Amino acid sequence: MHVTLWMMPLVGAQETHAAESAAFEPFFPGLVILLPLIGFAINGLLALRHATASAAAVRAGGELVLDGPTGRPPTHTLPSWVGPGVLLAAFVVTLVNFVRMLGVELHEPVVVEYWTWMATGTFHVAAALQLDQLSMVMMLVVTGVGFLIHVFSVGYMRDDPGYPRYFAYLNLFVFFMLVLVMGSSYPLMFVGWEGVGLCSYLLIGFWFSDREKSDAGKKAFIVNRIGDFGFLVAMFLLFVTFGTLDFVPVFGDSPQALAYGGGLVTAITLFLFLGAAGKSAQIPLYVWLPDAMAGPTPVSALIHAATMVTAGVYMVARSSVLFALSPAGSATVAGIGVLTALFAATIALKQNDIKKVLAYSTVSQLGYMFVGVGVGAYAAGIFHLMTHAFFKALLFLGSGAVIHAMHHALHHTHSHEDPQDMRNMGGLRRHMPITAAVMWIATLAIAGIWPFAGFFSKDEIIWQAAAFGGAEHAPYPGLYTAYWVIALAAAMLTAFYMTRLMVMTFHGSNRTGSEEERHLHEAPAVMWVPLAVLAALSLFGGWINVPEAISSSILGLGGGLPMGEWLHHWLEPVTASAHQIQEANLGELGHTAPVGGGEVLWALLSTAAAGLVVLVSVRVVGGWKVTPAARDVAPTGFGKILYNKWYVDELYDAVIVRPVVRVSRFCWKVVDAGIIDGLVNAVGYLARAFGFVGSLFQTGTVNTYAFILSLGVLFILGAVIF
Amino acid sequence: MITESLVLSALLFVLGTFGVLIRRNAIIMFLCIELQLNAVNLSFVALSRLWGIDGQVFVFFVMTVAAAEAAVGLAIIISIFRHYETVNVNNFNLLKW
Repeated sequence: MHVTLWMMPLVGAQETHAAESAAFEPFFPGLVILLPLIGFAINGLLALRHATASAAAVRAGGELVLDGPTGRPPTHTLPSWVGPGVLLAAFVVTLVNFVRMLGVELHEPVVVEYWTWMATGTFHVAAALQLDQLSMVMMLVVTGVGFLIHVFSVGYMRDDPGYPRYFAYLNLFVFFMLVLVMGSSYPLMFVGWEGVGLCSYLLIGFWFSDREKSDAGKKAFIVNRIGDFGFLVAMFLLFVTFGTLDFVPVFGDSPQALAYGGGLVTAITLFLFLGAAGKSAQIPLYVWLPDAMAGPTPVSALIHAATMVTAGVYMVARSSVLFALSPAGSATVAGIGVLTALFAATIALKQNDIKKVLAYSTVSQLGYMFVGVGVGAYAAGIFHLMTHAFFKALLFLGSGAVIHAMHHALHHTHSHEDPQDMRNMGGLRRHMPITAAVMWIATLAIAGIWPFAGFFSKDEIIWQAAAFGGAEHAPYPGLYTAYWVIALAAAMLTAFYMTRLMVMTFHGSNRTGSEEERHLHEAPAVMWVPLAVLAALSLFGGWINVPEAISSSILGLGGGLPMGEWLHHWLEPVTASAHQIQEANLGELGHTAPVGGGEVLWALLSTAAAGLVVLVSVRVVGGWKVTPAARDVAPTGFGKILYNKWYVDELYDAVIVRPVVRVSRFCWKVVDAGIIDGLVNAVGYLARAFGFVGSLFQTGTVNTYAFILSLGVLFILGAVIF
Repeated sequence: MITESLVLSALLFVLGTFGVLIRRNAIIMFLCIELQLNAVNLSFVALSRLWGIDGQVFVFFVMTVAAAEAAVGLAIIISIFRHYETVNVNNFNLLKW
């Protein structure tokens, strides 16, 4: 009874604010974020229990065996049900809300307010959830893809001693991610923003006894701090301007309160984008993401590919009104995005670690999303976010299955070769046919091959960059032409490095060694079933947003893809005012690419080119003589520069890290230890000197004291009398 | 009469004070403190002629406290003597910083 009473304000009594949206009845939205939190609590307690039990076992001189004669301990069986279970429940609740929202015309976001979080002076923030079309898409992706990754983790992390701790962190991450996407104000979004950062840190450094891995966690945390500074400054500016940080009033007022292209709105958007660049790994703050691969592979899939790193894209799309008001801010977003897309793609060309290739690929694809939201195609950006969540989660999980198999095979022969190095793989498709097949689907999707999901989303973004530059009053038309060209070039690189990854991993001759090869095996069902679901999504997921021109052409099977521009229309209520601003100031968007040709022609050309790149590189990479990592020689020339990631880490180290360390050392040794501690110590020495002089009066002899006492009495008497 | 009494009281008090300051024997010092107290008692009694009975009442309090103090003080001196086998206060100088 008490529990239900306590839960009433969370999931029961609800106030809906949008008057005309009475038709949409939210279905316990609080439950969506509450469920993962409950999962975190249960798994967290199990993790603590396990820690106590294993500490007791170690004290008794033994070690806790996971698969004992009485079976696995409950601390390692319960999380398998609790972890994915709460996600499935949250996904079902989200689905109910989604279906209800589908049935009504909803033009205003529905804000469900629970309690007042902060109220100081004029600053008022409520703990409130915002339900609209955009948060609904994000909720579906986070809980849906999140659920699949949780299921995969049951197989992948099975033998890890930290199994309950892993699921506790993973559930906590989903909780914060949902706060991020459902929060109805910037401060609440910031809570989720920081929370996912914390979970990212905890999960990157999950195997914290390895120094390198815990350092990678720290790097992610610190680099993100720089971005958070931008987010905070943007919030301060917004509060000074609007007096509130709730989404609905801020976006409602901004077309009147902020001048189009004004300095203030540009500053706000640039600071917001600094935050987004940190979280979503864009130049210059992308360096943490490749290192984040130190975490368990499903973590890379969930946090560093499908959900958390796309938070920046979500934030820009959420603030679409602000970005539409600032052409300079938007051009910066798209410019950084396209540069990151190209830059990261070039690095991915020469990486040998399978996860590193995927990490740089993620950075590159996030760049595409920013191009989308930077050229006013917010729906296209979110579309690519969604399809990317499908195929990149699939790629990461697939690589996880490969690493899992490699690890087991190398474990059998006590080999210390790197199980993640593609030079040690080769020919794995004979042993893991399902993984190879689903990863090929994801590869074709990310390469932009028709009719896979990535084709529709990526091509939409590239086309929108051209269309934006061709608008009647485009702010910097030449710039957008450059964006378009670079985006196309990066798409070709994507096709190449992904094919290289696939061929090196799954094709050609086996390089694991004959003894190890016998131990290679396909992933268990608990791992490959989620892969198959994601493969289906990577194949069909793109069909929910086929632009009209494409839909009626051969690429849309002459209207045979029935969904049309569904996602675009679905997000219309969220992006409408941004589009109004854009239309009023830029006029109509262009209909031809900068060098001529329409949308369909360029879509055909790009998918044909990408297909050609895939086919050619299958032949080219297949012809390479790949030597296993232990005997391989370091690359030379330009390849060496790419292999070393353009020496950006070294550059940051020399320009930022080491000067900061030097200044810190100066502050420590000279300012702190020298001046400040010196002053404090001097005061101490002075007090001790006085004390020493005073202590001379303490002889310990009674007569001295009596004498001094008498003198004092005489003195006081004298003072009183005279 | 009061003048003589007060002069005698002052003399006794100064005598007691000098005794405390000069002598090294703990028991003598102790006697001198008693002398000081009784000098004060004499002043109380003498002045009560002018200001009423309060002074005489106070004397009883002082004597009571002096008796209690004598009991404690002598006990301390005895225990010190057992330890050091002397009551010369010059030997007792450990109670310092």
